Amino acid sequence: MMSDEEYFSDGSDGTFQDDSMRFDDVEEEDQYLEDTRFDKPVKKAYEVDFKVHSDQQIRSGQQAQFEEISNILGLDIGQAALLLRHFKWQKEKLIEQYMDNPDSINKAVGIRPEAHEDTKITKVKDFVCDICCDDGDSMETFALPCGHRYCVECYRHYLTQKIKEEGESARIQCMGDKCTMAFDASDVQAVVDDDTFTRYKTLLDRTYVDDRESLRWCPAPNCIYAIECGVRQKQLNQVVPTVLCDCGYQFCFGCGLADHLPCPCSLVKKWLKKCEDDSETANWISAHTKECPICVSTIEKNGGCNHMTCRKCRHEFCWVCMGPWSEHGTSWYNCNRFEEKSGIDARDTQAKSRASLERYLHYYNRYANHEQSAKLDKELYTKTEKKMTQLQSTSGMSWIEVQYLDNASKVLQQCRQTLKWTYAFAFYLEKNNLTHIFEDNQKDLEMAVEQLSELFEKPVDQLANLKVEMMDKTAYVSSRRIMLLEDTAKGLAEDRWKFNVELV
Amino acid sequence: MSLPKRILKETERLRNEKDTGIKATIHGDNLRYFDVEINGPEGSPYEGGVFELELFLPEDYPMSPPKVRFLTKIYHPNIDRLGRICLDILKNNWSPALQIRTVLLSIQALLGAPNPDDPLANDVAQKWKEDENAAKATARQWTKEYAKKVSDQKEEA
Repeated sequence: MMSDEEYFSDGSDGTFQDDSMRFDDVEEEDQYLEDTRFDKPVKKAYEVDFKVHSDQQIRSGQQAQFEEISNILGLDIGQAALLLRHFKWQKEKLIEQYMDNPDSINKAVGIRPEAHEDTKITKVKDFVCDICCDDGDSMETFALPCGHRYCVECYRHYLTQKIKEEGESARIQCMGDKCTMAFDASDVQAVVDDDTFTRYKTLLDRTYVDDRESLRWCPAPNCIYAIECGVRQKQLNQVVPTVLCDCGYQFCFGCGLADHLPCPCSLVKKWLKKCEDDSETANWISAHTKECPICVSTIEKNGGCNHMTCRKCRHEFCWVCMGPWSEHGTSWYNCNRFEEKSGIDARDTQAKSRASLERYLHYYNRYANHEQSAKLDKELYTKTEKKMTQLQSTSGMSWIEVQYLDNASKVLQQCRQTLKWTYAFAFYLEKNNLTHIFEDNQKDLEMAVEQLSELFEKPVDQLANLKVEMMDKTAYVSSRRIMLLEDTAKGLAEDRWKFNVELV
Repeated sequence: MSLPKRILKETERLRNEKDTGIKATIHGDNLRYFDVEINGPEGSPYEGGVFELELFLPEDYPMSPPKVRFLTKIYHPNIDRLGRICLDILKNNWSPALQIRTVLLSIQALLGAPNPDDPLANDVAQKWKEDENAAKATARQWTKEYAKKVSDQKEEA
């Protein structure tokens, strides 16, 4: 096995050189402070490039593409927009296919570039609307280029229903039966009221972001931003694209769940499913039942007698030693036959099936513990603010000087989140040398986190004196987190990790 | 609320223009509720049967499609045991330009051309695909048993 030192020394810069001194706190922290200054501009292996877009930017981004297509193909903006949406914003494909066969595409999308004049709202003599059966010369009528003319009132009713009730936007068609002529934004604007049109534009923005693989809405409640990131779905086994929205929410671009570094999305999905199915039941099974030595059915003992008969395979055995009942001879109801071979065998089988359960519970309990601790730390965070003001008054420190508490509590929460997912990650890891390194990293981070967490619990009057220690610890903890994430991210990218399940 | 002009017009037209094999009459005093009779199309296993349906025009008709349901038991891959109908124009392909009359004609056409690839009654659709002749025989038998004309029954009695 490689030593830790060797392994980390092939990191791109000096970040990990201090690894051999990891138990020597003082030196290491000094080293770290230097390192942060040193490697700040370098992108970490677990970081991905992304960009946060406001709704304005989303809209202008679309507009730019409409104009581009409109120029290339000589269509108006509305038609270009319909084409782009139909082709899910794949410009090259659109241009290529449109050049080849414009007519069939026009038909499929529902546009008619050659007809422009007909879409205005006009009054027609002797008009009877086929939808509402109203008539009158003063009635305003509307039609798309297909010429299916109905009264404006009916169109307004129709569009409002489509937009507000059905949430339709990109694919609203003419009211005529089997007519596929499509509404573009200007057609909609001509007919509906402002409120509905605003809603329509919002819906269009939504479909734009949903249609594009490189965009995703921030899932935080009431957040208006969308994130752009180049990581594709098929890359998700090599990279965990974690992004930070301008609203402060950190989440995975791949699956939309909250930050789950270092675990790849497919493992997260598996793990969450397993936890949902198993955790509580597994706990109970582990505490209350044993398996039949023959057919491995799970059995709960519900009476005082140790003479068990499996309901499924009719095997008779002793609850205490798990050996066959027949071997108990005359010592029935008094199991003192510990060394009997068949009893040992039976306990072996049981031990094996229990082992996998226990393994799961080991990881699950730690995962759940960090989740719980993160929640408690969050409560602590609200208390932090109180502590910060208290500290200002008792120690005479300024607001700036007490910011280290705020920082510490943020780092603490982030590390808990990471630790939580390291356990899900570890559950699916096969045991080998790399796993050892991973577990060492995990252990170091966990230890440091617990220490920081403990410092945090200290009464306010001591906090002022602990400032340096706390800042050091905070810096150390975040450096350990970075190290662990660097290692796992590189491993994923290089396909170094061996998992005991298929990544799908 | 007064009845929209559109519904009055349609009702009037239904009364005056008689299509073959389709009858829709207002049920009691609810002007949005219709009793419907559709004759099984010729050449189909439903030939000779008269099927009763109910049709209701919802509040926002014609922006929303009418609700239609078979009352007569029928063996058909796109119609389930409760008489619900799987037909595109009654769902997402509805157009306000369609009318009661066109809806009923479409349903009649559906009887003539079942579509087991888009089933509502899975067991029937399965049978239809495995052994079309047997399925059609069952459909014919059900038609005979449940979809008899009222006048026929009277004659028998």
